[in-house]
Amino acid sequence: MHLKYESSVREPLVDGNKSYHQITEDIVSPIEAKPTKLWYFAFFLSVSLLAFGAFSVIWEVYWGTGVWNLNKTIGWGWDITNFVWWVGIGHAGTLISAILLLFRQGWRTGVNRAAEAMTIFAVMCAGQFPIWHMGRVWDAMFVMPYPNTRGPLWPNFDSPLLWDVFAISTYFTVSLLFWYSGLVPDFATVRDRAKTKFRKLAYGVASFGWTGSAKNWQRHEALSLVLAGLSTPLVLSVHTIVSFDFATSVIPGWHTTIFPPYFVAGAIFSGFAMVQTLLIITRRILNLEEYITLGHLEAMNKVIVLTGSIVGVAYLTELFMAWYSGVLYEQEAFRLRVVGPYWWAYWAMMTCNVVSPQFFWFKKLRRNVPFTFIMSIIVNIGMWFERFVIIMTLHRDYLPSSWSYYSPSWPELGFYLGTFGLFFTCFFLFAKYFPVIAIAEIKFILKTSGENYKNEMLKIEEQSNEEFMHEQLSHAHH
Amino acid sequence: MAVKKFVVGCYDDEAVLFPAIKKVRSSGHKIHDVYTPFPVHGLDGAMGLKETDLHVAGFIYGITGTCTALGFMSWIFTQDWPVNFGGKPHFALPAFIPITFELTVLFAAVGMVLTFCYLNQIMPGVKKHLFHPRQTDDLFVMAIEVTDNEAEIEAFLKSTGTVETSVQVAEDGWWFGRWDEEENYQDAKFQTA
Repeated sequence: MHLKYESSVREPLVDGNKSYHQITEDIVSPIEAKPTKLWYFAFFLSVSLLAFGAFSVIWEVYWGTGVWNLNKTIGWGWDITNFVWWVGIGHAGTLISAILLLFRQGWRTGVNRAAEAMTIFAVMCAGQFPIWHMGRVWDAMFVMPYPNTRGPLWPNFDSPLLWDVFAISTYFTVSLLFWYSGLVPDFATVRDRAKTKFRKLAYGVASFGWTGSAKNWQRHEALSLVLAGLSTPLVLSVHTIVSFDFATSVIPGWHTTIFPPYFVAGAIFSGFAMVQTLLIITRRILNLEEYITLGHLEAMNKVIVLTGSIVGVAYLTELFMAWYSGVLYEQEAFRLRVVGPYWWAYWAMMTCNVVSPQFFWFKKLRRNVPFTFIMSIIVNIGMWFERFVIIMTLHRDYLPSSWSYYSPSWPELGFYLGTFGLFFTCFFLFAKYFPVIAIAEIKFILKTSGENYKNEMLKIEEQSNEEFMHEQLSHAHH
Repeated sequence: MAVKKFVVGCYDDEAVLFPAIKKVRSSGHKIHDVYTPFPVHGLDGAMGLKETDLHVAGFIYGITGTCTALGFMSWIFTQDWPVNFGGKPHFALPAFIPITFELTVLFAAVGMVLTFCYLNQIMPGVKKHLFHPRQTDDLFVMAIEVTDNEAEIEAFLKSTGTVETSVQVAEDGWWFGRWDEEENYQDAKFQTA
């Protein structure tokens, strides 16, 4: 009997008849196979998008931010909309890898590696927007507090925009360390079964010389737990700080104390949707349906319906607070959100984020793969509109002569498409050359949550107390 | 760092490994190390390993980050270059909290990972002896350091339920090397009995 027992009421996390070796085989063999035509095609498409994005950015740097359609009232436009959208997507990865680790949620093991990879790539994409928005990007290092010949002149530590610099860079670094420390043992697994010279060399370097010693594993466990403990408040702080960008001013619609929890919920909401989009395709193409099961998808859909509803409550609270505040300008800003020139964005947001996730109250739909896939895309469209709506609230300020209507120019659009290129270029490389599922962690849960092992437990569950006692005692006497 | 002789026993199930460790320890043999493809809970205790103090190191790094951030921002805004932001206090503690928190996490995480690599002696370019290529796949490998009585110990290990045993002469530390090349140091010949 295995040391830990889990009731058969709980769904298996690993389907099929698996052994430790079979897990290695299933997860590592796609790395050892030649890339398919489909992979080359998708990779080429991503690199092309990335190249177009790079061109759009070079265009913007050469001519200045004037080539973007930003104007007097809309100073942030698509640029910061995309920034917050990408950062939000990143949050699901940390939630899965850190918060669910602390809550001992076994199902995270099937999806955490890919979700953390998604986090890192999404934060890389997000970081591009504030950097290139600086215009004079060659002075980007001015945001760092280093001794300089300009005084020394320091950045403003009281500004949420500077907090963002620290939050995003810390978040990226810590996520990368957490992700890579988990990858090291799995790279060693790839290395030790490698047949070609190059693969042995490359994965030998990547695995840092890991051998799986008991002392090393003990430290690895301690490291993972502390990094999870650190990442949990970190991920909450990051989106809290991002929300401060929109919450600490004195402009109507931009000084709401509800923003931190509402942004964090929204971030998890959109992040899980992106995890669904990526994993539904990945599990299909790499034949990992036994590791990323319907149970995993359902668990994530439950998170989506919960966070979607939290976001919905937040939207309604905002409207209520605008009315209840009695401030004319606040009321007008929210009236314009709902029925103003950007009404279409508001209602797109409401439909995608609040109404559509309610379908996930039905178990049949939570476990329906095509439906989940479509929903995941709808949710991400909705969450993009959420940030767009907040930024577009500024289109009318106190001075009617500066009222405007903003739509993006081609370099803004190209920049956004370019980040998709960056994201998918990284993701396709990851899916081809990295173990997309945490091999060691799956092996760790196999004997408690694997289907074949759980089936063996059924026999014990059906035993009467006397039979069970008798058998256990005779085992102990062996 | 020295070349030593080991008796190696491989098990295919952690349920067999645990009693085997007990038997080996109670018969007075010193376990050099046990290699597993995934973290086996309770293994460190069974082997008699001490708890790791890595989290204490993490705490110290974190506190260092807290002090660095808070001290640096306070010094700049009260001593080095006080700036008046809309009449707000120079020492604006609530406004310093976000950056202080971020640097605490950053210092703790980076420091801990570097300490982890140092203690485990791992980094790119490091090579160590593998007792069995499947120890990162599906085998649980126990290595016992021996001087001369290897045949006796090997027979003893077999009685504990191994699937495979061997006697190996190997470097017990690490060295800089490539994983695509054969192990070759101090002219030691690798013998597998």
